[in-house]
Amino acid sequence: MTVLEELGSSVIHRFAYLGELSMQFWSGLLSLPRVLPLVGKRGRWLASIRQMAAIGVDALSMIATVSMSAGFIFAMQSGNELRRFGALSLVIPIIAVGFTRELGPLLTAIVVSSRSGSAISAEIGTMVVTNEIDVLRTMGLSPIEFVLAPKYLAAVIVVPCLVIMSDLFGVLAGGAFMLLSTRMTFLMYLRAAADSIAIRDLVAGFIKSVAFATIVVHVGCLEGFNTRGGPEAVGRSTTSAVVRSTLLVILADVFFTMIFYITKFF
Amino acid sequence: MPIISVRDLSVSYGAHRVLERINLDIRRGEVMVLLGGSGSGKSTLIRQIVALERPESGTVYIKGVDINGCSEEELNKLRHNMGVAFQEAALFGSMTTKENVEMPLRELTSLADPIIEIMSYLKLASVGLGKAVDVMPGELSGGMKKRAAIARATALDPELLIFDEPSAGLDPVVAAELDELILFLKRLFEMTLLIVTHEMASAFRIADRVAFMYQGSLIAVEDKEPFQKSTDPRIRQFLDRVPPPIGESDVVQLLRQIAGITGE
Repeated sequence: MTVLEELGSSVIHRFAYLGELSMQFWSGLLSLPRVLPLVGKRGRWLASIRQMAAIGVDALSMIATVSMSAGFIFAMQSGNELRRFGALSLVIPIIAVGFTRELGPLLTAIVVSSRSGSAISAEIGTMVVTNEIDVLRTMGLSPIEFVLAPKYLAAVIVVPCLVIMSDLFGVLAGGAFMLLSTRMTFLMYLRAAADSIAIRDLVAGFIKSVAFATIVVHVGCLEGFNTRGGPEAVGRSTTSAVVRSTLLVILADVFFTMIFYITKFF
Repeated sequence: MPIISVRDLSVSYGAHRVLERINLDIRRGEVMVLLGGSGSGKSTLIRQIVALERPESGTVYIKGVDINGCSEEELNKLRHNMGVAFQEAALFGSMTTKENVEMPLRELTSLADPIIEIMSYLKLASVGLGKAVDVMPGELSGGMKKRAAIARATALDPELLIFDEPSAGLDPVVAAELDELILFLKRLFEMTLLIVTHEMASAFRIADRVAFMYQGSLIAVEDKEPFQKSTDPRIRQFLDRVPPPIGESDVVQLLRQIAGITGE
C-alpha cells in the first residue's frame, strides 16, 4: 500500500466513524423521550437515575480535586505575571471567566471521559461479547433505546451540574490564592468574582457542557457497540473510547470557542 | 405454511463464504435439530433466521413474511414471536434471574406489575428455578444459567424457540435434564423448536427432524431415524466421530504451506 493509499484509507475511516457517530446521535436523540418519567416507558427513567449517580455523584470528589488544583495553579501562574504590572486583582476575572467559559467544562469533560466514558464502553463491550446486545435485538428491543438513551439523558443532566461544581471549586481555589497573596477578604473576593461573570459566560459554559456530555456518551457507546472478539477487545474499546472522546472534546472546544468568538454573541 | 422458510440463503464474511444457498423449512410444532461440525455455519444460519443480520442473497420468511422487505420495526414485531436462548445464556449481569425474566414482559407488554411478577415466577418455576428468583447470574451454575435463559426466552410464550448449543459445557446428567426440560416445554407450550447442537445423544433424544450442515451447505434435512442410517460419508464421519486423516488437518496444511511442501 502506498503512502497516498494509506492516507486516503485513514481519512475515509475517520469520516465513516463520524458518520456512524452522527447516525447514533440522531437515534439517541429520538429515543430520549422514551426514557423520560411519565411520558417514557415505565421504569426506564430509573436506569437514568442510576446512571446519574454513577456519572455524577461518584465523580464529584475527583472533579473537586482536579478543579481546585487547576484553579490554584492557574491563579499562581497568572498572579506571578500580573504582579509585575501591579495588576494582581486581574487574577479574579481571569479565574472566574476562565473557569466558567473554558476550564470548568473542559476539565469536567476530561474527568467524565476517563471515568464514565471508559466505563460505558466497557459495559457495552462486555454486553456485546456475551451476546446480551443480541438478546435485546432478538426480543425486538433497540439497544440504542435500552442501553444508550438512559446514559445519554443522565449525562446531559449531570455533566452541566458537575461543570457548575467545577467552576465553584476552581473559583474557590483562586480565592485561596488571593487570600494568601493580598489583604482581600473572602467576601470581597467572592463579590469581585461574581461581578466579573456575565450571563453569557454561564450560557457558553452550559452549551459546551451539554456538547461534551454528548460526545463522551456517544463515543463510549459506539466503541462499546463496535467491540468484536473476546475480553481483550473490551480493553481495546475502552482505551479507544477515552482517547477518541478526549480528542473530540478538545476539537469541539476549539470549534465552540471559535463560534463564540466570531459571532460575539457569547 | 412453515413457520420459517429459508430460501437460497448465502452469506459471506469478506472473501469467506459462510453459507452457500441454504434452503430449509421449519414446520409448525416440530423440533428441528441443526447438526454440523465447528465452523459449518450453524450459528450464522441462526443469526439470519432471527434477523440479526441481513442476507447477502436469498431470503428468510418468518411466518410467510420476507425479512428482506421489512423495516426494523416490522422485524421487531416478528421477533416478538421468537425466543432465543444463546449458548452462553447471555443473562443481563446487572439483573437478578427474576428481573431477567421480567424484562421482556415489562418492555413489551402493558401487564400490571403483580401479573408480571407472577408470570416470571411461573416461568422460573417451570424450569426448576423457583427458589433462585433473587439470585444474580454470577452466582448461578452453568446449567442454572441455561435454565434461566430458557425461562426468559419463553417469557412471552413465543411460537418459535431457538436454542444455540443448550448442552455445551454441561455434564451429561445436567445436559440430559435440559433435554427433558426442552421436551417438557414443547409439550407444555406447544412451541416449535430449533436447536443447534453438537451433542448427538441430545439431538436424537429431542429431534423430530435433523438438518446437517457441512462447510456452509445444508446437505441433509430428514427425520431422525433415516438420518441415523445415512450412508453419506460426510454424515457418517460426523455420526461415527471419525477424525479426518492427519495430513488433511488445517494445521498440517498450514505447516506444509509454510515449509513449501507440495504433493504427498
